[in-house]
Amino acid sequence: MSKDHSPDQFLPENEGGQSHSDARRTFLKQSSILTALALTPTAAIKAAELKFEEKVAAVFEKVNITLDINGKKQKLAVEPRTTLLDLLREQLNLTGTKKGCDYGQCGACTVHVDGQRVLSCLTLAAMADGKDITTIEGLANGDKLHPMQEAFIKHDGFQCGYCTPGQIMSAVACIREGHADSDEEIREYMSGNLCRCGAYPNIVNAIKEVKNGGHKV
Amino acid sequence: MRQQPCNPSHFMKEYFFQDNMGKPMDRVDGRLKVTGGAKYSAEFELPNMSHGVLVGSTITKGRIKSIDTKAAERAPGVLAVLHYQNSPKVPGYVQAAHPTEPKPIGQQHRVFYDEQVYFNDQPIAIVVADTLERARYAARLVKAQYEEEKHATSFPKHQGKAFLPTAAQRNPKHGLNDYVRGKADAYKGENLKIESEYVIPSEMHNPMELQSIIAHWEAPDRLTVYDKTQAVIGSQNAFAREWKIPVENVKVIATFVGGAFGNGLHTWPHETAAIIAAKKVNRPVKLMLTREQMFTMVGYRPFAWQKVGMSATPDGKITAITHEAIGQTSSYEEFTESTLQQTRMMYTSPNVTTRYRILPLDVSTPIWMRGPGEATGAFALESAMDEMAHVLKMDPLEFRLKNHTDRDPERNLPWSTKFLKEAMLMGAEKIGWNKRQLQPGSLRNGDWLVGYGMGVGTFGAHRNRASAKATMFADGRVVIQSATTDIGPGTGTVMVQIAADALGISPDKIIFELGNSLFPPAPSQGGSATVASVGSAVRDACIALKKKLASLTTGNADSGFRNAKYEDLTFQNGQISLTSSPGTKLSYTDVLKQQKLPEIEVTEESRPSNEERQKYSMYSFSVHFAEVQVHQLTGQVKVTKVVTCADAGKIVNKKTAGNQMIGGAVGGIGMALTEGAVIDDRFGRYVTKDFAEYHIPVHADTPDIDVVFVDKPDFINNAMGTKGIGEIAIIGVAPAITNAIFNATGKRINELPVTPDKLI
Repeated sequence: MSKDHSPDQFLPENEGGQSHSDARRTFLKQSSILTALALTPTAAIKAAELKFEEKVAAVFEKVNITLDINGKKQKLAVEPRTTLLDLLREQLNLTGTKKGCDYGQCGACTVHVDGQRVLSCLTLAAMADGKDITTIEGLANGDKLHPMQEAFIKHDGFQCGYCTPGQIMSAVACIREGHADSDEEIREYMSGNLCRCGAYPNIVNAIKEVKNGGHKV
Repeated sequence: MRQQPCNPSHFMKEYFFQDNMGKPMDRVDGRLKVTGGAKYSAEFELPNMSHGVLVGSTITKGRIKSIDTKAAERAPGVLAVLHYQNSPKVPGYVQAAHPTEPKPIGQQHRVFYDEQVYFNDQPIAIVVADTLERARYAARLVKAQYEEEKHATSFPKHQGKAFLPTAAQRNPKHGLNDYVRGKADAYKGENLKIESEYVIPSEMHNPMELQSIIAHWEAPDRLTVYDKTQAVIGSQNAFAREWKIPVENVKVIATFVGGAFGNGLHTWPHETAAIIAAKKVNRPVKLMLTREQMFTMVGYRPFAWQKVGMSATPDGKITAITHEAIGQTSSYEEFTESTLQQTRMMYTSPNVTTRYRILPLDVSTPIWMRGPGEATGAFALESAMDEMAHVLKMDPLEFRLKNHTDRDPERNLPWSTKFLKEAMLMGAEKIGWNKRQLQPGSLRNGDWLVGYGMGVGTFGAHRNRASAKATMFADGRVVIQSATTDIGPGTGTVMVQIAADALGISPDKIIFELGNSLFPPAPSQGGSATVASVGSAVRDACIALKKKLASLTTGNADSGFRNAKYEDLTFQNGQISLTSSPGTKLSYTDVLKQQKLPEIEVTEESRPSNEERQKYSMYSFSVHFAEVQVHQLTGQVKVTKVVTCADAGKIVNKKTAGNQMIGGAVGGIGMALTEGAVIDDRFGRYVTKDFAEYHIPVHADTPDIDVVFVDKPDFINNAMGTKGIGEIAIIGVAPAITNAIFNATGKRINELPVTPDKLI
């Protein structure tokens, strides 16, 4: 938190100095939707106690999206500010995708969006509408592990395992992109995925094995 | 090298058939880790979950005048905004201290206790809401007014105020007191000498998993937490004491820990804040720190200033060493570490002086970070060794071999085992040490100057009391439980290997469970002691299980084993047989079936022998070799090769142990070249607060790393012959790299990290 700046000062304000979000809520309260509910005054007070307008507002502040996650189509209503990462972890219980920084600096949250590696912490869920998402949970073919998963186990490409899903998703994309032709190239194109345990050389070996093994990734 | 005493009959009995220990077995939890199935502390699903977000102070020292929470409370979905004025009181706050650490002088930070601010970003409030987004938004609406006081965060500016730790002042026998062997500061009167100062900035553990907790009051006096900790029992005791509830009413779960490197050895304010919040809203509260908060409230390797003076004879015998250190601590707690320990025992100097001081500043309390103290101390000592060798015009390897100790010169005791010489020679050959030139700046590769350096590390081969429960089921499966944790080294995997050999069954029949305070107690995963401590308990539990099987078998009048003693039996391939008549055999599962037992179980506690520990000095040793290239114009440093060697006793699993050694070398590269947490002293606030400013090594910074194990057992330490690896993997790496930079360039940079600006 900044000492001097209110976060609201960065939001667009209306003429009355009311913040954007408040203004929107006021509008919703006064709108015909509520009127149409034809509440009696008593019922309205009761509704206020139950934060009724809050609930109505919440519905209108959500965005309807359709995501194909690991081969399964899901219709979801999300807040516009919800990141793809938080949607996966907090609402869909797909916790294999990890949060390590929330700033796109560590790569732990890497997923595939339409086959490309993407940092899910820097992606709003709403931006992924209509897209195919693959997370670490969807990489294996049923019980049969993806060759990259097998190679990470064989070469011990992890210790604590927290950066691992991001490393693996990135590693698969690294080969698909054609950026795994030498140790140096792998190191360069995997440098967005941090591993504090320092298993880097083992990760490079795992990627080389998959690349040289001619597996389809 | 003298042959180390061991008792062959003792280990032959249990290890004659060993074939799992030493194998590079794949991790037992590997599949869970590569499929996203491993659950870390913030990933458990509980009904009615709520989310907590902390608000930090924006000043560094002073008091909170007022705190305005109205806007936050009105924000959608907010369940509570708690701070010192309205927080439920923590009944045990007066004497909170973590049981796994020496009693601190001062007071662990008490969250929401009063209006005092001791450090920047100190948690002053927690906002709890029904979703993470709502909690995060509302947390930004909390506003505090402060009465600010002048703060002190600059180490160099306040260095003169350092003092002897209070614990040492109170007890003249305390290990942190000044140490003198021979004559104090004897180097000063010598001709051939060096004297240098060294600075290490604060370094952050920064495990990839953010510190997180789910706090759940299952009843008003029953607390369950899913917590990122290296000590489930330690945390259980700490929370029970804080809330004045029976220890058995607190359950701590840490099934998977996403790295920690020491910052899970302490309980921190955010944990108590989440527990307070869960109490107030009467729902489970999930709290995950932000990366910025990882810099301000969960410990760090403290800023340290050191000075080493050393003298030697012209033929390279060290005559005196003086090593002084000042470490940073907070204003409310005295944190200390054994920065100078290795200087007292590493080399055969007749005169050694050490002096340790601490400097309290307006910052949060440090905590042990991988190779605590020793990694800091080794940077100074091993740099000084290189400087002294240079003055003597001697090869640094030869200089170290010449001053090698065959006994512990501090305690005047034999080592339990020491194969450091062997490790040095193996490593030197592997890196191609013979390519190194005495004269700095002699080797080049185009625009790049090439250099070689080495550094030695050591850490106590600790072992603590631990216990384990082993249950064998009638279908042959064995489940072993112990309240240890696995922050990444592969604890579960090596415990399965140890148990497989001790029981004489296949590893795939064994499940090892950890990370739950309901399991038999084990110490924190710290100080490189887990395999020696918990491994011993697992082994003892397996032996007790075999004795139980034996008693069931030999007590059976119908069997061919009647009246046989445990010593007469062989346990192999899941079968008991008479050693004298191998044809007489019975499978473990048949033993249980004959007795109509669904399972048999034992719980064993294992303790180190104090007697042995009085007779021997027990240490692990390491030596690291680095090859670097330094660009002549830009000062860019590339570490092009590392060879890292360990004398760490018997290696249970070369794959996981080798990985740990590699990780230590990578950590050392960060320490040497990139890592440093910087405070803007005008505000007392970190300017390095995420991975954009605080640079941990990435793939591109990491070369090929060769790992060399001497792999000779230390049976004095424990029956498996192991010594610890975690700390020695990093201790001595940073000086190996800076010494290589000196060898490449002739420039000696004694202030870490060695960024390019310091070389041009």
